[in-house]
Amino acid sequence: MRNPARLPVAWLLAAIAFTLVAATVAVTFGPASVPASQVARALLDLLPGVDVDHGLHGPLAAVVTEVRLPRVVLAGLVGSVLATAGGAYQATFGNPLADPYLLGVAAGAGLGVTIALTGTGEALGRAGITSTIAAFIGALVAVTLAYLLGRDADRARTTASLILAGVAVAALFSALQAFLLQRDDEAVRDVYGWLLGRFNVAGWSQVRLLAPIAIVSIGAIVGAGRRLDVLALGDDEAAALGIDPVRVRRWVILAATLGTAAAVAVSGLIGFVGIIVPHALRLLTGPSYRRILPLSAICGAGFLCLADLVARSALAPAEIPIGVVTALVGAPSFLLILRTRAR
Amino acid sequence: MSRRLLTAVTVLALVATACGGDDDAAPTTSSSTTSSSTTASSTTATTTPPTQSAPTSAAADAFPVTVNVGNGPVTIAAAPQRIMSLSPSLTEMLYAVGAGDQVGAVDKNSDFPAGAPVTDLSGFKPNVEAIAALTPDLVLVSGDRDGIVAALGTVGIPTLLLPTATTLDDTFAQLATIGAATGHVDAASATVTAMREQIDALLAEVPEREAPLTYFYELADDGNTVTSSTFIGNVLSLAGLTSIADPAPDAAGGYPQLGAEAVLAADPAFIFLAHSDGSAPTTDEIAARPGWSELQAVRDGHVVALDSDIASRWGPRVVDLLAAVVAATRGTT
Repeated sequence: MRNPARLPVAWLLAAIAFTLVAATVAVTFGPASVPASQVARALLDLLPGVDVDHGLHGPLAAVVTEVRLPRVVLAGLVGSVLATAGGAYQATFGNPLADPYLLGVAAGAGLGVTIALTGTGEALGRAGITSTIAAFIGALVAVTLAYLLGRDADRARTTASLILAGVAVAALFSALQAFLLQRDDEAVRDVYGWLLGRFNVAGWSQVRLLAPIAIVSIGAIVGAGRRLDVLALGDDEAAALGIDPVRVRRWVILAATLGTAAAVAVSGLIGFVGIIVPHALRLLTGPSYRRILPLSAICGAGFLCLADLVARSALAPAEIPIGVVTALVGAPSFLLILRTRAR
Repeated sequence: MSRRLLTAVTVLALVATACGGDDDAAPTTSSSTTSSSTTASSTTATTTPPTQSAPTSAAADAFPVTVNVGNGPVTIAAAPQRIMSLSPSLTEMLYAVGAGDQVGAVDKNSDFPAGAPVTDLSGFKPNVEAIAALTPDLVLVSGDRDGIVAALGTVGIPTLLLPTATTLDDTFAQLATIGAATGHVDAASATVTAMREQIDALLAEVPEREAPLTYFYELADDGNTVTSSTFIGNVLSLAGLTSIADPAPDAAGGYPQLGAEAVLAADPAFIFLAHSDGSAPTTDEIAARPGWSELQAVRDGHVVALDSDIASRWGPRVVDLLAAVVAATRGTT
């Protein structure tokens, strides 16, 4: 019998094609006008054992391979993580509004960066890697607190009590961040510049930091697709089918949080990807997480590559913060999909 | 070096005022003795902490005086004796026109001149009650943040809104306004004259160039920079420089953010570092960025670190900024 929840190969191929096209376009265009043939040769030259003269000289020699390509790869990885984590949170909390920042990741990362960039953390130094690590630690501390505190009076860890604890922790961390910024107002610009997204300084070092965590996080979430589908039937039904709902939730939340924290640490806060991508796919493919999660992992990458292309091209040579673009591009296209489906 | 230049400016101011008559458009003419004592106080005040000279050095008979500022005409009844500045640039201007003795409090970022009465007040997040508690008789602000001008009006404190300058003429106009508001009209005009002469002397050193030199002015690690339409951009234009951010559309504002790729594509002749948090990267760190070692500016050793305080203020020390830029670019045609 044909399983209606399984991911059709045609859709998988379509998603891969979308993301490959998006990445190709993103790596071909930019503020430095490099002919597509030279871009292609510069990329070929990267392959081991291939030696092609790409004809790029001087400052432009590194534009394709050291500036544009790592930026596209990083945007792809971040988009993939955020979209998958968004889908994972929506599945575990049974809440369509859940996004990757639900449990306080954003507030935690924000506080971490603020401590690193204000006088309070002067001793830490202000190098980029310091704020990246501080953001990662802050995000994990916030979610850990929310998880530990998120029990109700019966010591049961329900989804509602977890979300409320996340809201409370986020409020506390945001207040602490505001307090620190109030005391060091010169750091305000740095902190907000950081939070609005940092793809314009992306390099291979950020890719190397994020890639291992991203692969583990996405792999764990996508692998849990079938169990999340069972969970959607209700906790009692899931338990009857031999699945421990608390255990599944714990591991999926851990994986999604780890990935989100790493993505935020290298790229700042990029909103809307975690909501729009899984939802658009849900509208197209139905409610099965065995379809939504892997497709989110693939299409999230393509979506953010395109959004970043807009971010660096629309006002070229100036940049638009990537978080602004995802909201500006994401919200209307999402509403469009919603209307088309509702007809 | 900056201190020496400043001394030169103030000495020039002294000379100019001593030689000049009282033919300025002062609201009321002041006696020559008042004028010269004013000038003397300005000289000491700009180079050293406020002196013990009597606060009456301001021309008392010039008041009441009305000045036109960002918040409209403001009338000051008598020579202010407890001035509060909530902007480092305006603090420097107060001292430059010789009103240092009349300054009662300055915001926490007003770190020049040394000895200015720094408080923990913030110009970014002004607090009316904290300001009123210090009983200033005149407040200078560079921005109307959180409706501070109206709020100070309701508690009856005269407030001058002197917004961020975009040209040197704005700076000169603000110096004249501050001079009039504090009773130092002559010293203010002398300061402006001296600054103009100093600037002309610097610009005489700028060689003829076929095309302006291009520059990337880095304000932060994330590529925030300036266009030629900003105050800094205007000053650098005087020295024959043009920003690589100028092609950015107006929508990007005067302080757009450039990606690394845009900098590599533009290949500027100079890179100026003026990180607002004082954490400018070293030349080696600049060269270590992907592709940057191939930039013309890096290969020619034209990566110039500027004093970020001087570079972010539009006060009298803008002359020092211009001097630093002219010195760095003088040999390049």
